[in-house]
Amino acid sequence: MISSQIQLASYLLASILFILSLGGLSSQESARRGVLYGIIGMIIAIVSTILGEGVQGQIYIIAAIAIASVIGIALARKVEMTSMPQLVAMLHSFVGLAAVLVGFGSYLDPHTQELTGAAHSIHLVEIFIGVFIGAITFTGSIIAWGKLEGKIRSKPLVYPGRHLVNILLLIGCIGLCVLFTGATATSGMWALLVMTGIASFIGIMLVMAIGGADMPVVVSMLNSYSGWAAAAAGFMLGNDLLIVTGALVGSSGAILSIIMCKAMNRSFLSVIFGGFGAAPTGTMKAVTGEVTATNHQQVAQLLDEASSVVIVPGYGMAVAKAQFPVYDMVDKLKKKGKKVRFGIHPVAGRLPGHMNVLLAEANVPYDIVMEMDEINEDLSGTDIVLVIGANDIVNPGAQDDPASPIYGMPVLEVWNANNVIVMKRSMAVGYAGVGNPLFYKDNTSMLYGDAKDSVGKINDFLL
Amino acid sequence: MKSYLEQDRKRSIMKKKVGVPKETQIKELRVGATPTTVERLMKMGFEVLIESDAGTSANYSDSAYSAAGATIISQKEELYRQSDIILKVQAVSASEIEMMHEGQVTLSYLYPAQNPELLQQLSDKKINAIAMDAIPRISRAQKMDVLSSMANIAGYRSVIEAADKYGRFLNGQITAAGKVNPAKVLVIGAGVAGLAAIGTARSLGAIVKAFDTRAEVAEQIESMGAEFLTVDIEEDGSTASGYSKVMSPAFIEAEMALFKKLAAEVDIIITTAQIPGREAPKLILEDHVAEMKAGSVIVDLAASTGGNCVLTRNDEIYTTDNGVTIIGKLDQLPSQASQLYGNNLCHLLDDMGGGDNFIIDMQDDVVSRAMVTYNGSVNWPPKPLEVSKKTPPKQADATISTTPIKEDKKSNGWGSLISLGVIAVILYLLALVAPPEFMQHFTVFVLSIFIGWQVIWNVSHSLHTPLMAVTNAISGIIIIGGLLQTRDNFGDMMTILAVIAILVASINIVGGFVVTHRMLKMFRK
Repeated sequence: MISSQIQLASYLLASILFILSLGGLSSQESARRGVLYGIIGMIIAIVSTILGEGVQGQIYIIAAIAIASVIGIALARKVEMTSMPQLVAMLHSFVGLAAVLVGFGSYLDPHTQELTGAAHSIHLVEIFIGVFIGAITFTGSIIAWGKLEGKIRSKPLVYPGRHLVNILLLIGCIGLCVLFTGATATSGMWALLVMTGIASFIGIMLVMAIGGADMPVVVSMLNSYSGWAAAAAGFMLGNDLLIVTGALVGSSGAILSIIMCKAMNRSFLSVIFGGFGAAPTGTMKAVTGEVTATNHQQVAQLLDEASSVVIVPGYGMAVAKAQFPVYDMVDKLKKKGKKVRFGIHPVAGRLPGHMNVLLAEANVPYDIVMEMDEINEDLSGTDIVLVIGANDIVNPGAQDDPASPIYGMPVLEVWNANNVIVMKRSMAVGYAGVGNPLFYKDNTSMLYGDAKDSVGKINDFLL
Repeated sequence: MKSYLEQDRKRSIMKKKVGVPKETQIKELRVGATPTTVERLMKMGFEVLIESDAGTSANYSDSAYSAAGATIISQKEELYRQSDIILKVQAVSASEIEMMHEGQVTLSYLYPAQNPELLQQLSDKKINAIAMDAIPRISRAQKMDVLSSMANIAGYRSVIEAADKYGRFLNGQITAAGKVNPAKVLVIGAGVAGLAAIGTARSLGAIVKAFDTRAEVAEQIESMGAEFLTVDIEEDGSTASGYSKVMSPAFIEAEMALFKKLAAEVDIIITTAQIPGREAPKLILEDHVAEMKAGSVIVDLAASTGGNCVLTRNDEIYTTDNGVTIIGKLDQLPSQASQLYGNNLCHLLDDMGGGDNFIIDMQDDVVSRAMVTYNGSVNWPPKPLEVSKKTPPKQADATISTTPIKEDKKSNGWGSLISLGVIAVILYLLALVAPPEFMQHFTVFVLSIFIGWQVIWNVSHSLHTPLMAVTNAISGIIIIGGLLQTRDNFGDMMTILAVIAILVASINIVGGFVVTHRMLKMFRK
């Protein structure tokens, strides 16, 4: 047993450690230390809570944590780097679920009934909001997981008047909130349950309405929600540590979402409320021309003659797990004295920074991995750009076709390079469902096939 | 503007005529169009008139022009009378201005800073003159940048000229007759001309060193295969306009010492340093030349603006007493130069709408700056335009993410005061109803958001996925809610809910941290 002062001191320490943990991620060098701070902070927080006054059922607690740790480690060990987005989405849903459960628990807590007047009402509102956010996070994350896993169609599900329906549902929830706070003892349970149902529905529809290409935003948005859910739980329990941590996570997710939205030229609100991409106005420029196909040997020869190469990876590289042969290729090319770099679009992949993680997995040194803004100017002096499984992020239509749905989105201007090789499985359109004029340009050649196979074959020709 | 549009529409029934007169200066061998560019102009919808013999000095015959579709006109006056647009290399002379008419457009070199009277004459006559040398150096206008195309030629030619006067091989050879050391070439100033000179000298096999006051060009120099030389003084000579600025005395002193040392070493010095609108800086002094070996060569590309070498004589090639040849005159390669210059003109005309939709758009960044006289008024100097956006030295990851906040702060001003006021009112209202305990928690909440906001913007882009995994793990802190609600009595509904909450939250915590750890382990330099 420790006194409440010591517990508060521990909470303060844990909060500081969490802030340092996030701050540590500002550079690769300090990132691992950042994670360590996070772990220590979490252990301090949990231990000091369990040892605190009035905590009961330690046996159950320890048993639950032990079981969960085994599951958690197994999950995290097993997951492949390419399915990282799914895992993150799933973990978000857990936080949402926990927030809902804690909310219900708090309502059932006998202490709640002892409160009176404004304190009682505010407490009930806190519970209500906490459960509301938690439920949206829970179901939204499950849908996001399904979409990323390919179990649910990634096409946005939109129906006319959905904004109106959402607003009506929201008003309904506010009404329920009034009834809920007015109810005595636990007689408001029904309102809480109905609202949970409605919030779950909102969560489902919110993510269903968002297309696959916007997934990075959705995942970071849900990340933000899970933080706010934790903060709401902090209010209902009067626990500052929960509030601090929840707010940190919430603002972190919000910033990531904003960064992603900027990178895609979307308004933050339109993504949050779901179903961006209203039908494009005007007719899109018809994409015409001949597509030139090439083969592995020719590509190898071109690479052999080039002095500078830029590789632009997209989700296709992740799907094919081509990052390893790609690194072999980079290694070979560098040994031949060629300048090889990677150009990463901020929204390449399905998570913010997804490509960086995959390339890191394949041991690609991060100092040759450039951001879009760093490399765009250099592309015109580059001999060869290899586009591996990317589509929308290299679409010139984003710059010169105002009717294109992705018009205005910053893209990698690969077409300025002398040669562009696009590795693709087929001529299918990208997530945004837009044709890509890049494929028809004179300096573009297509190399069809699975990215991993193709890169492997090119490597064989590169001696 | 509007009247011009109407006028323009009226005239559009007839094809716009582009006239190419013969250059009047004897020394000028180039011409404003070649048969190839004539074809391009015709394709763009222009009709092309050429004065007879206009291209002779650049090896383009009248028959080649007429084969390309141009009409040959023997009378200069006639050509000026008929044309809507005049393509020239050198600025029009007073006698040519006589022949011109109101509204006529001319494209040529003008050196507007040095020729205020000429601008006045042109504007008095209501001629719309475009100074090709005033095209801003932005990426969009690169294809029209005549200074770059001409500098490229000068750079190439400077090496050829030097090789001609230098009585030895440029490349090193080991032959049956003995070993030959490669020539050492020093290029001063790594602009377009300097880089072209480096490339040419390298391809002939010489060892090339290059000096520039701008630290940012080091990479370009090295990419061309030369060694970048600099002095150990922290000063960067780059300016927003893309040209260099004048350096401090301490810098110049160190520079001079370096040049003196190099003068004794190298065989060929090519100087290309020019500062727009000023006399060329004196970089090679008498004592430098004295240090040089007999047979060495200096090529001074700045000869026309006073020369980088004090001994340079403009338009002359001579040998000093100690046997150093100083070249102050370069062949223009008129055929090649006309081709590139003509292409630059074509690009500009194409940008202005071509023959069918030709229009002078003074809102356009390029046209508004190059059009030095327009509708009877002088439009010089233009308002400055930022050119080469310099990427700050590395750490770009962090800067990308920090910029947005700065912008927000700038743009707000009054707006932020008002929103602060609104927030203050809301907080006050909240304080009226809420219990003190709530207000305490609320304080913590808001401050934490601010901290989070500040901390997260600094996170490197490439670490966004790990960041998400970490924040995800940390959001498992919700476990505390479960911990506080667990009771000894497991039959209690609240305890059951709490234990489930603990379970899922712990999976989240452990899973999140392990996965982050796995990811970060992979990042390496």
